[in-house]
Formats: sequence, structure tokens, C-alpha cells
Amino acid sequence: MRRTKMTTRISALLAVCALIFTLVNPPASRADSKLRIMTATTDLAALAQEVGGEKVDVESIARGYQDPHFVEAKPSFLLKLRHADLLIVVGLELEIGWLPPLISQSTNPKIQVGAPGYFDASRFAKILEIPTGQVTRAEGDVHPLGNPHYWLDPENGLRIAKGIQNKLSEMRPGDAAYFAQRYDSFEQRLKQADEKWLAEMKPYAGRKIVTYHRSWPNFVEHFHLDVVGYVEPRPGIPPSPQHTVELIGQMKRDGVKIIVVEPYFDLKTPNAIARETGALVVVLMPSVGGEKEITDYFKLFDYDITKLKQAFDATK
Amino acid sequence: MKRFSALSLVVLFSMSTSAQEKPSVSGKQDPPSAGAAAAAAEEVRIRALEEQVRTLAQEVALLRGELKTIRDTKPADRTAGDHLLLASTRMEPGVLPSSTPATAAPEPVPAAQVAQTQTYGGATSNAKLLNPDISLIGDFIGTAGRNTVSPSRSLELHESEVGMQAIIDPYARADAFISFGEEGVNVEEGYVTFTSLPAGLLLKVGKMRAEFGKVNTIHNHALSFIDRPLVTNNLVGGEDGIDDAGISLSRFLPAPKNWFLQGTAQVFRGDSSDVFAANRRQDASVVGHLRLYRDLGESTNIDLGASYARGHNTAGVGSTIFDPANFLTNLYSADATLRWKPLRRAIYHSFLFRTELFWSARDQLSPLNVFQTQHAFGFYSDSEYRVNRRWTVGGRFDRSGRATNASLTDTGFSGILTYWPSEFSQIRGQYRYGHLWDVPNDRFTNANEFLFQFLFVMGAHGAHPF
Repeated sequence: MRRTKMTTRISALLAVCALIFTLVNPPASRADSKLRIMTATTDLAALAQEVGGEKVDVESIARGYQDPHFVEAKPSFLLKLRHADLLIVVGLELEIGWLPPLISQSTNPKIQVGAPGYFDASRFAKILEIPTGQVTRAEGDVHPLGNPHYWLDPENGLRIAKGIQNKLSEMRPGDAAYFAQRYDSFEQRLKQADEKWLAEMKPYAGRKIVTYHRSWPNFVEHFHLDVVGYVEPRPGIPPSPQHTVELIGQMKRDGVKIIVVEPYFDLKTPNAIARETGALVVVLMPSVGGEKEITDYFKLFDYDITKLKQAFDATK
Repeated sequence: MKRFSALSLVVLFSMSTSAQEKPSVSGKQDPPSAGAAAAAAEEVRIRALEEQVRTLAQEVALLRGELKTIRDTKPADRTAGDHLLLASTRMEPGVLPSSTPATAAPEPVPAAQVAQTQTYGGATSNAKLLNPDISLIGDFIGTAGRNTVSPSRSLELHESEVGMQAIIDPYARADAFISFGEEGVNVEEGYVTFTSLPAGLLLKVGKMRAEFGKVNTIHNHALSFIDRPLVTNNLVGGEDGIDDAGISLSRFLPAPKNWFLQGTAQVFRGDSSDVFAANRRQDASVVGHLRLYRDLGESTNIDLGASYARGHNTAGVGSTIFDPANFLTNLYSADATLRWKPLRRAIYHSFLFRTELFWSARDQLSPLNVFQTQHAFGFYSDSEYRVNRRWTVGGRFDRSGRATNASLTDTGFSGILTYWPSEFSQIRGQYRYGHLWDVPNDRFTNANEFLFQFLFVMGAHGAHPF
């Protein structure tokens, strides 16, 4: 008697829950035909927008002025992820601290790792600083798969855009011609812009700089700069007095006059180093949206190169 | 679901048939003539393999030479150079011990490595990529001071938690956390999450921390204090809390724009610490949870929750007058969290305020053997502030009745200072005061304690809880 009562009670409870879940089914499939794309960072959003044009709705999880290693896995992102058709990630474990729980809790089968709507942009880019021997955290927060800040090379931007074009064409074969035409236009404009940027940076080729974090290997390789030191003693480890003293000595020896800092790092130590060495602290933007005026992939390089040129000229 | 059961049937069937086939295969090999033929064939195969190894060794030598010339001509790679070795200088491709020509390779291979036929690095390291992400979190706690009510050890490796996480297949992922404590081993959590279900459902099956409030879901090493709040110990099962084998189903629910609402329903066996006990198979416990969340801006957000849990307890066991099945524990909780973290300085400054309220209604027998329900209440409030990249300070206020005797109310507060050498280790000191009921002496006593903790993380970089 009691047994049946208990069982019925539990099954009733389950039934009620199931009922609530099914009855309150929100309108999942909206009538608009735009592909909904979520990206981990703003740069990938900018590239997806270039290729997708008006056929896509793109939104980034991280903001351009935010450290992409330390984004919080807020539930509000789940609301956006659950309706996404495509998720574009930086990969190389950049987002390992926050993206995996967002993906698995999104209840969206389309964007699960390995699903057709999961797009790892690093697979299309040229990756630098891949450690090939023993990797330990004595090196700080190393990325065993290579440096994930690879989007700061226009050539990589082009490679990623090509990958996105193929993916979008695969998802929307009817619009393949549109995406191809958008990509071609992007390629042409980017190549032109890159020629201009390279010409602008040419006078400064081989200049030595110091950066806060290892965010710039692809950028300096493309524009022929030379990073001789980092404000962080190891990636992800805050500056230490001893390392700072060593860095000051090195900068004086090598005549380094530029300290590049990402917008999400504290300027106290870079400013102190600058006072000691007569160098200039330049806050460069690693991502689209880092400043209000950086609204697309082109303006990102425009901004950074303008800032760098001014700094180089000022510290001649 | 039908497809799944059909699949499992097929698997079972094929397993049983293959098991039956095995003996017949070995039976066939018995005749001596067949054995000799097999040996000859083996010989031929080995020779072919040896030949293959020889050509491969030659190729390796060739490639190595090329690599060396490339390395010599190219200036040393500064960025990777000093600390990181190239794979080829450290890990030798495995070489079969029998193949003598392999020693023709320019760099002689140490004997210890040659003895293994397996390769380390190279092609087979790809197989290791399929291993789960493995991590170990060490939690070392020391306690000094006076506490006669709930004394803890002076020094202990409180817990070593091994975490293993992997994607199982395109439809599921699994997480397992096994904690090795001073008393033994405990599967803290081990569950599979089905991520690709229809209708936006998220299903978890296994043993898991119940979705009852906030602190119950958090692992020891992720707490903002060294210990758990008093109310957890008094009303919600202590350190392990409601942690049981069962099934969890959750779903996003419709909510006003920009609000996030999620409902979770869970059914467990009904055994959780001293809170719930399943005396019979049908004494399952249930947990329901509603979570409401909203961004108040890009740096501030609010997180609210309401939870309910119901299960049987042991209070009636052994009673001759009352049916033990009638003794239930009902738990209710409400939680609120306010977080602030400016995005441009996220690694330097943040603030969190949290409060959780718990109500417990526990059926039990009074000292005079009368059936009664104890209604106990408890809560905690804590806040945490990140002063800079390396330091965090926090404080907590505790107050809670006791589940079996609601008239006894324990009170306490704590202050904590955390130092982060890096993202992967923490050093903490906590002062804890408690005004606690001392049962044997029948009076309240004061407890003044200083706790310190070292936390360290090895292995895979787990996601930060939010």
C-alpha cells in the first residue's frame, strides 16, 4: 500500500516535471533564415562578418578589451549559444578555462565539439611557438598546442576567412556564390591593406620591442619586428621584481624603447620600466573592439600600426 | 531511446556470440601440422617486418640528417629556444631491439629506451590524445587553536582529488572526480552528460553533487573558504553534502528578455551523508532547483536560486510504534549571489557577495518517543574581494540551528586571506570563530581557530566554476 503510494508520488512528480519541460517549449525555430554564428572572440566575429555579410548574425562571447584567457562562463552566454548554428573558436586551449562548460551546457547539439557547427579556426592558421619537447608549468601557463594569439597576422586572417567561407558554403549551399564573392572582395581589400601596412612598417623593420604577454608572435613576424623580452617572467605569471630588474638591464643594453601592453594588463610595472629605461609604453589592441573605433579586422591593424609608428617616431 | 536499446541488444548479442566462438578457434589450432605451417608463416611475416624496419630506420637517418642541416643553417629559435627542447633531441623514435641496422642512426639510442618496442612521441603519441584530461588537486589543511565541539587534525592532506574528463562520443561527455582523503577513497562525482538531446534537455546520469543551492554543488578546492559554512554541517550533510547516485534532468525555461531561467529535477537513491537514508529501495530522494540569472551590465550580474529536497531519514529505524517509512526530511533553500568583475581588469579586481538560507523539516522521535518534526533554520553570508592579481580577502558570517534540535543555534564568523602564486596554486589563512553547542557538557563553548591551506593543481587546466 505504502509502496504504491510512494511510487505513484515519485512518478507523478516526474510527470509534472516532464510536463513543465515540454509545455513551456519556447519558439526554437524562428522564421528568419540568417545563420546564427557565435564566436569566442571579436576577431573571429569580424572575419565571419566579412564573409557572411548580411546572410549571417554574428556575436562574440568575449569583448575586444577582455583577456581571452579569463572570460567568465556566464549563463547569459548559454542563451545565445543554444540557438547558434555555428560556433567559431580560437582553439589551442585559449578558451579551456571557460568554453567547455558553456558548450556542454548549451543543450545545442549543433555546436558540440566535433559536430558540424563547431569550427576551430586554429586548424586553418599558421601557428607559432609550438613547444615540441617537454612541456611543464615551470614555463608558466604554456599552451602545449602553440601560441593561440595567431589572428594578428593578416595572412592568418585570410586563411581563417577562407575556412569560414567553406564552412558557410557547406551549411548554406544556396548562398555559396554569395560567400565566395564576399571572400574574394575581402581577400582583395586585405591584400591591398596589407601592402600599405607593410610599407608603413618597413622603415621600422628589425626594431626591438618588449611586450607584456606573448600575444604578438604572429604580428611581429609579419611586420618584421623583434621581441626581445616580456614584462611577465613567464606566461600568466605576474611581473616579479627580479625579472623586472633583469628586463630593465636588457632593455638598456639592447636599446629597446617600446613596451607593448595589452589593454587588460595593469600599467604600473610597464610604466616603472619605462621610467627607468626612457622607453614608451604603448597600449596596442590585440582584438577588434578593444577601442570603440576598431570596428573591423582592418581597423585593428590600422590602429595598432598607427600607434606603433607614432611610438617609434617619438623614441628615435 | 528505442534505437539505443536496440543498439545495446545488438552489442550484447555480438558479445555473447564472440565469447562462444573463441574456444572453437583455439580448438582448430591444436593439430601439430597446422601449428608448423603457422610457425613458418610467422617466420615469413617477421622477416618482412624486419625488412620494413630496416628501410624505415634508413629513412629516419636520412630525415635526421636533413633536420640537422636545417637546424644548423637556421639561427636558433629565440622564442622557443632556451627552455623547450625539440622533440627529436629528447624522445627517440622507438626501435626494435632485434634490428641491428637501426644503430646506423647518427644519434645512438640509450639502452633503456631501446628495450621498449613502443614508441614514445611520434606517431603513437596521437593515441594518447584520446586519453581523458587528467588532473590532480592536492588540498593540504592545517589547524591550530581550540575547538572542542568539532576538532580537526593539526595537519592533514585533506583530499587529493583526481579529475578525469573526456568527451565520450558525439552525444555525451563524462566527468569523474575521485577523492582520496585521510580516511579512504570516495567517488565524489562520476557522471555522463548527454549534450545532444532533443527539446533542449540536459541529462546527467551517475553520482553527482545535487543541484541544491550553491555551496552544495562546489567541490572543496573551489570553495571561497577553507571550510564549508556551519549551516552545511548542521543541516545539509557536512562536507559531502547531498551527493548521491541518480539522474538529473535540466532545461532552460522561458523567461523575460535578458533573464536566464533554468529548471532542474533530480532523482537519487536516497543515501546522502546524514541527511537522507534509503532504508528501502523505494526511499528515493528528489531534488528540484530553479536558477534565475541576469546580467546587470558587462561587469555585474545577479544569480538567484531556489531549491527543494526531500528524502527519508533514519530517525524511525528500530521504532516499534511508528513505521520507519514515515520519517522524512524536507529541505528548502534560497540563494542569492552578486558578482562584479570589470572586464578590462578582470584578473586584478573582482567582488562577490553570496548568501544562502536553509530550512530543514526533519521527522523524528522526541526523547519521550513522540513523533515530531524539527524545523531548523540556518544561513550564511560571505563576500570575497580580489585586491590585486595575487591577493584575495574574504569574510563570512554563519548562523544555524541543528537539524535534530532546532533550539540550539550555533553562530560563527571567519576571515580569510588568499595568496595566488599562479593560477595553479593557492596559499590561504583563515581565522574562524564559533559559538557552538557542546553536547556532552550541555553548554555553549567558544572555538577560536586558525586554519591554513595549500592547494595545488597538476595536469589538465580545468574550467573555472561560475
